[in-house]
Amino acid sequence: MTTAVQRLRTLPEAAYETGEFVMMEGLSRTAARNIFFGGSLFFFVIFVALTAHSHWYIVTQSTDHAGLNDSVKHGKAVWEEHSCINCHTLLGEGAYFAPELGNVWIRYGGLESPEGARAGIKTWMQIQPTGVPGRRQMPNFNLTDAELDALVDFFEWMSRINTQGWPPNVAG
Amino acid sequence: MKYQTQRVAYPFFVMAMVLFAAQVIFGVMAGLVYVIPEFLSEAMPFHIMRMSHTNLLIVWLLIGFFGATYYLLPEETENEIHSPTLAYIQLGIFVFAGAAALIGYQFGIHEGRHYLEQPVWVKVLLTISFLMFLYNASFTVLKGRKTAISLVLLLGLWLAAIFWLFAFYTPANMSLDKMYWWYIVHIWVEGVWELIMASLLGFLLIKMTGVDREVIEKWLYVIVGLALFTGLLGTGHHYYWIGTPGYWQPIGGFFSALEVLPFFAMVVFAFYMFWRGQRNHPNRAAILWTLGCAVMAFFGAGVWGFMHTLSFINYYTHGTQITAAHGHLAFFGAYVMLNLAIISYAMPHLRGQQPYNQVLNMWSFWIMTSAMAFMTFALTFAGVVQTHLQRVMGMNFMEVQEHLHLFYVFRLGSGIVVAIGVILFLYAIFGPSRSQASASAAHAPASP
Ligand code: HEM
Ligand SMILES: [Fe+2]
Repeated sequence: MTTAVQRLRTLPEAAYETGEFVMMEGLSRTAARNIFFGGSLFFFVIFVALTAHSHWYIVTQSTDHAGLNDSVKHGKAVWEEHSCINCHTLLGEGAYFAPELGNVWIRYGGLESPEGARAGIKTWMQIQPTGVPGRRQMPNFNLTDAELDALVDFFEWMSRINTQGWPPNVAG
Repeated sequence: MKYQTQRVAYPFFVMAMVLFAAQVIFGVMAGLVYVIPEFLSEAMPFHIMRMSHTNLLIVWLLIGFFGATYYLLPEETENEIHSPTLAYIQLGIFVFAGAAALIGYQFGIHEGRHYLEQPVWVKVLLTISFLMFLYNASFTVLKGRKTAISLVLLLGLWLAAIFWLFAFYTPANMSLDKMYWWYIVHIWVEGVWELIMASLLGFLLIKMTGVDREVIEKWLYVIVGLALFTGLLGTGHHYYWIGTPGYWQPIGGFFSALEVLPFFAMVVFAFYMFWRGQRNHPNRAAILWTLGCAVMAFFGAGVWGFMHTLSFINYYTHGTQITAAHGHLAFFGAYVMLNLAIISYAMPHLRGQQPYNQVLNMWSFWIMTSAMAFMTFALTFAGVVQTHLQRVMGMNFMEVQEHLHLFYVFRLGSGIVVAIGVILFLYAIFGPSRSQASASAAHAPASP
């Protein structure tokens, strides 16, 4: 049984360039390959350059990189240890099961009353699960007071990132 | 099966399908929580179900790609796999690592970034296994004939492994963390995995249409060129609101809008080759999955991706059920269907039979695909309502969710139908072969 593959190897190369192919006649396989490699490299270099600039922009402009103290870092670690992202979103990324938390500090009134917001968020964490029938449940992660404070510091830090005006409103 | 070592693919396909079944079970369970929130809320909270669901997906897709590579390389390179033993060891490590992660999740042992929850030692094992695979595949290619299909496939797999290394980098600054997280997630599915997709589709089309390699491979380069030219800078559509500069809004919007092109080109490619070629290949199920993959990837990734990719639209839809709708259909259309196409094509060869259980397989195609489409519609409608209530009207998240209940019921229903489709598929592939295509209908040589 001769397959197309075998025929390819028995026919002269020129047979494929004789206009038998309706589409992309002018383009040879080698040319297509070279365009692919050259173009990809070109766009890759631009991409890396722009993300390098974005990296610089993040650490100098859009986030409080200097204010990334141990408590904020600890808060991020707590956030990750319990994989909060698999229910919530953070700056719109994550799961879509529970509310956005990038602006939870703002939603709890952190701008007007930092102490009130801190107490509010900590209490919320502690009274879970609500057990309200028919309502989505959040587990109680049994966080220590230090962990809770760190988490709140992390939320406060997140809320100050320059997100180009997202989210559209406080609902997140 | 022309080469003995193509057999290596078989356990890969079996493991992939076992994990696929598990993935869908976790998916249905998570869908059930949306409808009945109390379901397992203590024993297995939602976040555990979700990470199990997404991790199983990624692990089995990769195992499927590995298997597909081992199946295809002997035919492409015209020699045997470099080391079948290494392949089996590599599979063992990968499955062990994936299973360990999955079991650990049930006990709350995980890391904290979505899709990358595997503990570090699991990530290391996955990396080692991936490198063993790359070594094995690369040496197979080096020893034999080098076709564009195998080169593009290998390039895609190598790049996937390289970008995966960013999984080990977790900066303390959350904006940086997010920016590099997308180096894996976006660059994979909208970049280097498209190389894998296009080359596997190319292989299937050469085998099943008999169209000349020269044409197929030229198309292949054009498609993967389009994929990387648009997909790299298209990463910018994730850099709108995470602390990255404002210039990503025009750049990300422009290039990601063009990401539709490679997916569109794959549809044209698949149908054009099918139309040009012989239409008498006996494995009609595999052809259906191949063409269906191109079409559903175009809708899921291309159309549903485009829908929310421009910054002024994404501003409102970002992180809503619209994203969920798109994520489901894109992964299903592009990468799940791709694997099911390869498996449908390869299994008769691996079992030494003529294509079997075609009708059942095609039923599973229609059931799974239409249920996924229905799920996507349900989530899209949910997302539109959510966007309006929450992002435009400013209604509180939990209150909005109550208004979406009906859509979540539809989503659960379609998820159950998908699961039925999966059972049918598994039975068609692994069950006894009740009906075989007659050998006389076998692929006739292409007429000049
Ligand atoms: C097969 C290819 C694709 C797959 C598998 C895929 C999958 C996904 C997934 C899973 C997410 C959610 C990520 C998260 O967890 O935050 C996502 C987000 C997104 N995708 Fe895709 N995608 C594909 C192609 C595309 C294309 C071609 C476009 C654009 C034309 C696109 C546009 C987007 C956008 C804009 C988001 C962010 C949504 C948001 O703001 O919440 N995708 N994609
Ligand atoms: Fe993307």
